[in-house]
This record gives sequence, C-alpha cells and structure tokens, in this order.
Amino acid sequence: MADTTTERPKRKSVAFSEGATIVDTDGQVTEMNGHTEKTTAESHSHPSPSSNPTVPNGAAGDGEVDEVTAMMAGLAKKKKKKSSKSKEGVEADGEKAENNGEFDPSALKKKKKKKKAVDADDFEAKLAEADAGDKGGEEKVSAKPPAEEQTGDFEQGTGIWAHDAKTPVVYSLLLSRFFTQLQSHHPDLFSSGHKSYKIPPPQCLREGNKKTIFANISEICKRMKRTDEHVIQFLFAELGTNGSVDGSRRLVIKGRFQQKQIENVLRRYIVEYVTCKTCRSPDTELVKGENRLSFITCNSCGSRRSVTAIKTGFSAQVGKRRRQRA
Amino acid sequence: MSIENLKTFDPFAEADEDTGESKPVERYIHIRIQQRNGRKTLTTVQGIPAKFDLKKVLKVIKKKFACNGTIVSDAEMGEVIQLQGDQRKDVMEFLVDKDGLQMDSKNIKVHGF
Repeated sequence: MADTTTERPKRKSVAFSEGATIVDTDGQVTEMNGHTEKTTAESHSHPSPSSNPTVPNGAAGDGEVDEVTAMMAGLAKKKKKKSSKSKEGVEADGEKAENNGEFDPSALKKKKKKKKAVDADDFEAKLAEADAGDKGGEEKVSAKPPAEEQTGDFEQGTGIWAHDAKTPVVYSLLLSRFFTQLQSHHPDLFSSGHKSYKIPPPQCLREGNKKTIFANISEICKRMKRTDEHVIQFLFAELGTNGSVDGSRRLVIKGRFQQKQIENVLRRYIVEYVTCKTCRSPDTELVKGENRLSFITCNSCGSRRSVTAIKTGFSAQVGKRRRQRA
Repeated sequence: MSIENLKTFDPFAEADEDTGESKPVERYIHIRIQQRNGRKTLTTVQGIPAKFDLKKVLKVIKKKFACNGTIVSDAEMGEVIQLQGDQRKDVMEFLVDKDGLQMDSKNIKVHGF
C-alpha cells in the first residue's frame, strides 16, 4: 500500500504524457514505448512495466490467445481514456488525474500476474528483444481491433461502460475497474482494514530508582476516548504494581518499566477495551451499563459487546513483611 | 423419539442451579509477573484446576525451570503457585505442553509487560 501511495504523484504526470503520445497513430506506439522506458528509468513506478510487458505480448501475438488481446484491449482502453481525459476533462483535472494514476496500479498488478502466468520465461527475453521495429508493427495489428471493441471511460460511463451498452465486458477490465474505483472512492477498504490507528508512544521517565513516570497518559487516554482511571487501573492490574497520579496528571508507577513494556500493555488494553471486535474500528465508547457490566459500543458499526471489568489478581507480598503489618 | 429442536428450553433453568460463581472465575489460569527489588521478579500462577495436585506440579516446575517457588494460599484466589524469576513463558509452555498439564492455551492468560 505504501508504495502505491508514494508512486501516485509520479504516475499522474506519467500517465498524461503517455496518453498524449500514444493515441494518435500506430507509429506513436513505439514512441510511447520509448516514453515508458524513460519513466521506468526515472521513477521505477509501475506504469512502464504495464505497457512494456504488453508490448512483448503483442509481439508474441499469435501464441498468446485472447487473454492477451483482452489485455491489449485494456491497455488500449487505458490509453484512450487517458487521452480523452487529457483533452476533454481538464476541469476535474486533479481528481481524474488521480483516477488515471490509480487505474494503472491495479490494472498492471493484474497484468503482471497474468504475464507471469502466461509467459514467465519468455517475458525477460521478449523485453530484451522488444526493440521498436517489429513490435511496433505487430502491436498495431493486435492492439487495434480490441481497442475498438472495448473503449470508454468507466468514470464517465462512456464506451463499453455506458449504462445501456450491451457489449460484454472482458473480465480483466471489470476487475481493473473494480480495483480502481475501490481505491479512488474507498481508500480505507482498499488498504484491507489496516487503517492505521495511531496513538502517541508512551513517554516513560524514571523517577529515582524505583519509579517510572508515564508522562503522556492523559493524551493517550484522550486519544482512546477512555477515562484515565480505567486505563490506570488496567495498567496497575497488568503490571502487578500500584502508583499514583502526580500534579501534572502524569502517572507514577512503582517499579521500573521501559517504554516498550508499557507499550505492550497499552496494546493489550486497546485490543481488549478499545477496538471493536466486529469492524476493528477504534472509534468506540465504553459505557457502564446496568448491574456493573461494562459495554463497548462501536461508533462506526453500532455493535455492542460486553467487556469484563478490570480485576487485579493475586499479588504476592513483595518487600518487608514487617512493614506490611505496620 | 423426541425431536431435539422441539424441546422447550428454559433459559433460566441452569442459571438457578449453578449459583456458584467461582466456576467461571476459575476458568482462566492467570500468569502474572511482579517486580521485586532490583532486577528480580516473581511469577504467580493462579487458577490451576483442582484436579492437579499443586504440590506435585510445583515440584516438577521447580525442577524443570531451575527456580524456587512456593504455594501461597490466598483468601480470594485460592492456592497460587509463586515462582522466583520471570517464568511466564516457561510456565505457559509447561501448562500447554504434552508432557505438562495439557491445558488449552485459550484458557491461559499471561499478564504483565
């Protein structure tokens, strides 16, 4: 996920330039190749692989069956789309550019996979031999016909994507459309629910020799939307110690603890008392219900679950017994 | 033959019977750690089912992990095994292990940092 986001801006620009060169005539296809190669060199982003592999495929043409043609169609369509956008859709520039950019990754992820499946070995060789000359000619042949069949911009609903279009759409195109739209409209879903939930790392200071100060506990609690007391209670129960809150709302814990250890405990707290088990959203509320039961209500999916009250377990007697008695 | 699904089920039937609330509490085995002075720590194991002889268990554990330990009887928690040093991982392994107590790891909760 990370690299796609980083690549996005680059791709934007690349896509436009590509589109400009490609569409006009078949001779330009080779030009576009040159372009994309350049882009690989300069940006290491996916677009170039996407177009490059297709070229060898086109060159291989005869052997590569309709799957390839479908892909070619996809490629051609993409180009078409881009060009059309660069010409007509300047108004919604930014967004479309993003769409363009996002079109590539999904499409070419898929393409790459397919390619690997289809001609894993030949791929390298073809790439190498994919000089301008013969491939340009052959690609014309294979790329042209499907391009006519399957063109259109699914964002605008033109071509095959038109509402009343009857032409069956190739699966790969549908898939790429799905991923593109998923990414552009619901980026959180696209990143497979791994949306980062960040809380600031706990700041631990040592006070004297035997006490640890947990400095930013109130900030963390605010972030988790839990009361300080609840978190503190949990911390003490888990760490098997006790402590106090000092004047500036910092927590003083008895015992030596490192930041990592506190972090571990906090993580466990979040799993147990913050995240929604159904949708994994951290946007929840802890409500003390009737008869001493606590419930977590999720604000994003509305589910409600009960959580156990924090209970301090057995704690062994540490330190001098005489002092305890006094 | 009676059809299982058509039997009337009284949801409160059982609730009245087992008012012994110690049962659900006892379900989990808690392994905790406590800091002592310096780098020293204590490990406490609470809630080992009664079918095991704690004394024997402790003896095996002591031998196996090369640590000392005692059985402390607590008013609330019952008998608790208390071991010297951080034995959480070892105990966990021992409880789950085939040559150990063969407990279900779902019923064991390891606390502490």
